Amino acid sequence: MTNNVNLRKMADNSYFKPEDLKKFGDITKWQETLGKKFFEYYGEVFKEGALTAREKALIALAVSHAVQCPYCIDAYTNTCVTKGAEEEEMMEAVHVAAAIKSGATLVYGVQMMNHNNKISM
Amino acid sequence: MAIKQKTKSLKARGEDLSNTFFQLDVLNGKQVTDAKFTPFAKKIGEAGFTTLTPTTLEIFQLNIGKLCNQTCTHCHVDAGPDRKEENMDKATLEKCLKIIASVPSIHTVDITGGAPEMNAHFRWFVEECSKLGKKVINRCNLTIIVANKKYFDLPEFFAKHKVHIISSLPYFSEGKTDSQRGDGVFQASIKALKMLNEVGYGKEDPDLVLDLVYNPNGAFLPDDQASLEKLFKRKLSTKFGISFNMLFAITNLPISRFLDYLLQSGNYEEYMEKLVNAYNPMTVQGLMCRNTISVSWDGYLHDCDFNQMLELKVATNGSQHLDDFDLEKLKNRNIVLNQHCYGCTAGAGSSCGGEIA
Ligand code: SF4
Ligand code: SF4
Repeated sequence: MTNNVNLRKMADNSYFKPEDLKKFGDITKWQETLGKKFFEYYGEVFKEGALTAREKALIALAVSHAVQCPYCIDAYTNTCVTKGAEEEEMMEAVHVAAAIKSGATLVYGVQMMNHNNKISM
Repeated sequence: MAIKQKTKSLKARGEDLSNTFFQLDVLNGKQVTDAKFTPFAKKIGEAGFTTLTPTTLEIFQLNIGKLCNQTCTHCHVDAGPDRKEENMDKATLEKCLKIIASVPSIHTVDITGGAPEMNAHFRWFVEECSKLGKKVINRCNLTIIVANKKYFDLPEFFAKHKVHIISSLPYFSEGKTDSQRGDGVFQASIKALKMLNEVGYGKEDPDLVLDLVYNPNGAFLPDDQASLEKLFKRKLSTKFGISFNMLFAITNLPISRFLDYLLQSGNYEEYMEKLVNAYNPMTVQGLMCRNTISVSWDGYLHDCDFNQMLELKVATNGSQHLDDFDLEKLKNRNIVLNQHCYGCTAGAGSSCGGEIA
């Protein structure tokens, strides 16, 4: 599905529904063992550790943009704001995600160049 | 230092919400939504409280006036420069002093406003409380200290009387602070904090305590107090060389101008839902209304400053005013609860001293 289709679906509110995020826990209903393990793991990951909970929230915000998940973007914007992240920090995190994504595209330029050189005189 | 006001008081704007009955109607689902949230009074039943009753009266809180040099967007007092009428006179302050002197269990006098320092009798009142040997808390908005040269010596005055200063600073950077409190507030607050630090506040001296209050800059709940305190300490110290003692994380209660913001921005229902979902029964025991009496500028008694702003007087038969103050009647009262109380029990709880649980 292209992003345009995604956006259209979101606009008519028929596919991505913000209130569905609150029902995320329901996934355990159809597979309790795996669902529970996932949420336990998830909770553990975001606890204060070698990285602070605030740093983890900023990483999660960046990743949310990279994977383009509207639920995660809302959720980690909330978490970042709650944890006192500055707007500038949040936008820089998004740029980190964007830089990695564009870098990952551009680095294939080397492959293009290699192949071009191989087939050209 | 000049401040550009963000807004005008609800009263000055002639808003429906300046009427406290209207606010209570909204909170009880009679205006914008169905009454879908369990009544707070019923909810606390789950924590084993059929009614909420006071413990010992320890804190005598006075809201000595709605006059303020700021008009913050979230203000639960609806304070501002236009609120010139509602300010406590000397005769009322004298009545307060009599009560403070006669009730030994009152160890702390907690002065709030508006900007309390703008009340003409403020310094005299602090001196009198200090003579009585009571601990004095002043809820200072910081900018008043640098607003006019007649206030420049406030830090020395506070230090002389060992006044415990509790000051709002919603954020450690300009944009978010000024968007809540008015353009210019952040710079003025930083200057005032430095002046307080210079006379010894916020350092090791246990008599010169400077605590800051963090309240969220929007429709969300505060993070845990300890992490925010660590963050504020690091940022204020590295950016500005400022120190302070504790940070209190306070939840915005859905009343007055914050309620107006919630309604205007379409966040009301979601915010109430957040408060209700974050209800924590462990906070009920320590709610500040249990050991406090809150007096309004005109001498009426309330369970807390929020009830005061909703004009919910203490539920006693008599003893609703300083003139008929009766400690026994107050001890036997039930605290008046309503839907705004969910703001005090969300997450780790919220009180004038920050987290509860
Ligand atoms: S929040 Fe405090 S400083 Fe701001 S307008 Fe209200 S009383 Fe004044
Ligand atoms: S709003 Fe006042 S009465 Fe209600 S719980 Fe909070 S402190 Fe108590």
